[in-house]
Amino acid sequence: MEISIKINGETVTRDVPPQTLLVHFIRDTPGLTGTHWGCDTSNCGACVVRIDGLAVKSCTQLAAMVEGHEVATVEGLEVDGVLDPIQQGFHEMHALHCGFCTPGMMLASRALLDENPDPTEEEIRVAISGGICRCTGYMNIVAAVRWAADYEARHLSPTKQEA
Amino acid sequence: MATTVENLPSPDTERPIGFGRLKRKEDARFIRGKGTYLDDIRLPGMLHGAILRSPYAHAKINSIDTSKALEHPDVVAVMTAKDLETLGLAWMPTISYDTQAVLAGDKVRFQGQEVAFVIATNEYSARDALPLIEVEYEPLPAVVNARKALDADAPLIRDDKPGQTDNLATPTWEAGDEQATERVFAEADHITTRDVMYQRVHPAPMETCGMIADFNPVTGQLDLYNGNQAPHVHRTVYAHVAGLAEHKIRIMCNDIGGGFGNKVPVYPGYVCTIAASIVAGTPVKWVEDRTEHLTSTGFARDYIMHSSICSKAGRITGLKVDVIADHGAWDATAQPTKFPAGFFHICCGSYDLEASHVQVKAVYTNKAAGGVAYRCSFRITEAVYLVERMVEALAQETEVDPIDLRMNSFIRPEQFPYETTTGWTYDSGEYARTMKVAMDIAGYEDLRKEQAERRARGEMMGVGVTFFTEGVGAGPRKHMDILGMSMNDGADLRVHPSGKAVVSISAQTQGQGHETTFAQIVSEELGIPPEDVQVRYGDTDRSPYGLGTYGSRSTPVSGAAVSIVSRKVRDKARMIAATILETRPDDLAWEKGRWYVKGDPEKGGMIEEIAHRAYSGESLPEGFEGGLDAQVIYDPPNLTYPFGAYICVVDIDPETYHVKIRRFIAVDDCGVRINPMIVDGQIHGGLAEGIGIALMELISFDEEGNCLNSSFMDYLIPTSMECPAFELGETVTPSPHHPLGAKGVGESPTVGSPPAIVNAIIDALRQQHPDVTHIDMPCTPDRVWAAAMGHPEPPQ
Amino acid sequence: MQTPAPTQYERATSVEGAIELLTKIGPTARIVAGGHSLIPMMRLRLAQPECVIDINDLHELSYIREEGDEIRIGALTRHVDLLRSDLLAQRFPVFADAEEVIADPVVRNRGTLGGSLCQADPAEDLSAVVTALKGSVVIRGADGERVITMDEFHVGPYMTAVKDAEILIEVRFAVRPGAGSAHEKVERRAGDYAIAAVSAAVWIDGGTIVDAGVALVAVGPFTIDAKRARELLIGKPVTEELFAQAGQIAAEESMPGSDSRGPAEYKRHLVGVLTKRALGRAAARALHQEA
Repeated sequence: MEISIKINGETVTRDVPPQTLLVHFIRDTPGLTGTHWGCDTSNCGACVVRIDGLAVKSCTQLAAMVEGHEVATVEGLEVDGVLDPIQQGFHEMHALHCGFCTPGMMLASRALLDENPDPTEEEIRVAISGGICRCTGYMNIVAAVRWAADYEARHLSPTKQEA
Repeated sequence: MATTVENLPSPDTERPIGFGRLKRKEDARFIRGKGTYLDDIRLPGMLHGAILRSPYAHAKINSIDTSKALEHPDVVAVMTAKDLETLGLAWMPTISYDTQAVLAGDKVRFQGQEVAFVIATNEYSARDALPLIEVEYEPLPAVVNARKALDADAPLIRDDKPGQTDNLATPTWEAGDEQATERVFAEADHITTRDVMYQRVHPAPMETCGMIADFNPVTGQLDLYNGNQAPHVHRTVYAHVAGLAEHKIRIMCNDIGGGFGNKVPVYPGYVCTIAASIVAGTPVKWVEDRTEHLTSTGFARDYIMHSSICSKAGRITGLKVDVIADHGAWDATAQPTKFPAGFFHICCGSYDLEASHVQVKAVYTNKAAGGVAYRCSFRITEAVYLVERMVEALAQETEVDPIDLRMNSFIRPEQFPYETTTGWTYDSGEYARTMKVAMDIAGYEDLRKEQAERRARGEMMGVGVTFFTEGVGAGPRKHMDILGMSMNDGADLRVHPSGKAVVSISAQTQGQGHETTFAQIVSEELGIPPEDVQVRYGDTDRSPYGLGTYGSRSTPVSGAAVSIVSRKVRDKARMIAATILETRPDDLAWEKGRWYVKGDPEKGGMIEEIAHRAYSGESLPEGFEGGLDAQVIYDPPNLTYPFGAYICVVDIDPETYHVKIRRFIAVDDCGVRINPMIVDGQIHGGLAEGIGIALMELISFDEEGNCLNSSFMDYLIPTSMECPAFELGETVTPSPHHPLGAKGVGESPTVGSPPAIVNAIIDALRQQHPDVTHIDMPCTPDRVWAAAMGHPEPPQ
Repeated sequence: MQTPAPTQYERATSVEGAIELLTKIGPTARIVAGGHSLIPMMRLRLAQPECVIDINDLHELSYIREEGDEIRIGALTRHVDLLRSDLLAQRFPVFADAEEVIADPVVRNRGTLGGSLCQADPAEDLSAVVTALKGSVVIRGADGERVITMDEFHVGPYMTAVKDAEILIEVRFAVRPGAGSAHEKVERRAGDYAIAAVSAAVWIDGGTIVDAGVALVAVGPFTIDAKRARELLIGKPVTEELFAQAGQIAAEESMPGSDSRGPAEYKRHLVGVLTKRALGRAAARALHQEA
């Protein structure tokens, strides 16, 4: 069946079998292999994307279910080559080693900050608890999200802060 | 606003030229979602493989009917053992000189074993075809209990091996001195005995294993895309196994989503993929799913240990250990050839023992093969777990503080280099100092006070201590080889006319930050800024032969190689500088980045100028070839011996027995640190893995050999909720033989943390249940409850 | 990665339309809402529906509202909305307690109340919440609607009273004065299913318990309504000893099996502890004594 999904602002249309998972629909789109997969049971969070702003495990949705909705992937975090503060925070605070869980972690963190710009350590840990990182032990990921929160508090314009 | 990481402005203080906290060069692609992991790669005309696996742990195969699968419109071929036999590929050697089936022919020997390989035009169809293959199995009794594997009535697993009449995988291997140990025990004041199990676990990196094989039938070139930890050794294995020309095999690892020892072995799926590409003449991709990963790739540990420890006059004097190792259906443990039990005999620990004796034998069972993996330093995780549990038990029974017992028994600084009772020569150490730093960070005395107060209130708070010494950086060629290849590493350094450099290394990062740290080593030695040093690795066509990355060997071996090759370049640069400055080489002194005239420091040559001169048409020293590069193969004289003191604080719910790790203090001494940020990151990660092992990770089987933990629903890995904010400290005791004074560190946290956590749990339980003396991991709430009730059982 | 077997996909545009599709296609069709029960089963090929009927566009089934003396929750209401609802926090804080320990925040963005109840996994928490609160379940089919109790809803493990061409559309709770509720759970790791969990609700008048509900998770073939524990509580004043006793009885009513989460004896022990704790917190909330 033909499915159209808006990914990072651009409509992607492809003819795929109905059982195609969203994660594969994304990954089979040129340039969009940044969304990963790591398990069979919706536990690892490597596949996390944002659908209409909410963090969702893309391995646990059929692509067909997402037609008509907006998907944001890791590739959409940067705008015209300018990194999102979350990305910058992950770099500043050494919040990635192998990088495999990183896109999912960053999108879950971005979703958190969009809703809660000043999260506590506990709130950050809860927000990223849908993903597993085998490399970092999470401490630097928490620090990275806090770094981004502080950065945005300092740098966002008043109107953006209100939004 | 932020900008792309390549030109993120960092203050100079954050961009050391050499050692120091340098943000990672490799981050750019990962944070932008532009990494190249195996499944990201698509080649034109690529086909997809999927593996049919046995549902039985032990069964004869009477027939395999692939006809229905072949009728599927998208299926191109189905391979079975018969097809591989014609290619001579039905069986292949393991990393420990055993053989393993690539696809099962006569019978299957573990649940999850490879039986057939489907090749289709897309991944979904390949998987749709699997249930269409009809295999007639005749189930056989299975043996899953390693303690029973050698019973007279145990079913024979390896009837494929001529002369094999039982399930013994490797005969008993010994270290130490049995008689001397018996004498020491006879004279001891106190003897403590325990059965200690280190359960089967799995490294479970977030990226599973897979391969793309691209065989060009016209040129005979075989290109392999495969995230593995030892690409050169793999290439040699394929050349040997498949009878292919080694110089026509190229392995490209690209980005690897974690290894932890899981990506060291050569797996049957790889051989199937290669065979499929050779037969089809097109690229073939195979990537396993998580269940395949957990049930067929290299597991870790599974050591059943029986041990006694003794003391005299308040000092630990002797240790003896007897081990049954469960190797699974094949002997596929990855360690240096002369060490069939890996480095387990470092279980003599950090103590000045008078004698010790170690015996290890390995058995076959109807389970997946493996044993040496998961950040283990070749079984040092098992060794340290054993000795630190025994020391704790001894402290309990003799009613002394566990830190006091250790302090009284430590090897003293003046005893280094120290030869242990099992033949190791520890290079350097200052243990008491490190122990004290940990006690300070923890506030040890206050913790004990608080513990007593909580005990009076009916609560269960525990403090667990561990001190470890491990040996990493395999290793000297006279002692250490894997499959006959010496454990030396190469390094090539080329400085270009512009003064920018490329260093090629045999180490193979799976997230350890090599693109940054190895650039920093060149920076430290030559003064070229790290952003001007490109680190090249992961492509067997473009990197020097070496044994790869596992066993924390990258810094000790490849790090030393890069240091030495940089010094060779520096020495060449000196000769050229002398010519430029019209003086003699002996008149020159070095400061980072330039050679200068000793008597006249203003007069000097920057490394960039020297590099340019090396390639230019101007005169060079007599007999000197042009260019500014060097090559080295480094043969380490010894392992390096990092050590550490860990303290864990737990609170156990007195009614539910749920364990919460409140604090974890880790003080590591890994010698000189190249990038402290990366060292700390490695420690965080290893501590999280240790928490997983201590509290929740287990690969277990039922009586029929069904694996009970074959997905991430049942193989539990810690999330952000289970890991505390780690408290790290450091001491620095350089390695006397390493050119940088550095030791390895990646595995220290998984070595040191499980015993610290288990010791804390027992300490906590004893606050309200003083008869508790032991528990085996994983310490899930039900197992903690069982220990409190007086019936702790080892896991299946 | 494990992938689903071939299937067809239909997207429902109304509840009636969904029922029509179910009727037309028959039992080989499965409804998908959040998808976090069905899709994993399809990937493991434990479920191989010939057609998946997507009801995520039926926004009219997503609500939490007070109507008269009832709270009504639409079946398509997501876990995250149950967690954050001020109305539920006020009336039935057991929902927030349970949601905090159901799966993880990402899964909670998609999973639904209706999906959880209809999956009827014996280790699933919301069934216990609804049972303890004495909720009733509204089921619609081609012939109209029917309202049943949780007793009638649970038929067997992974089996509910929802028939092939029917959809669960709403869950209803009576709002009565003096209510307090809580959920207690022990799990091996964040996001895991319970080793055991208990939902408890009490209605207190003048210091006396006038009604109660105790429901047990993961200790039987489906959610267990601990009726004997409830009987003990009715008409009694609130005391710690009473709750400990109720815990003992609830433990006797549980039917745990031994598995990789633990032996039956331990699970029974947990039921006793968690019942006591859940009742204690429920009572404190009813009496407005909780901090």
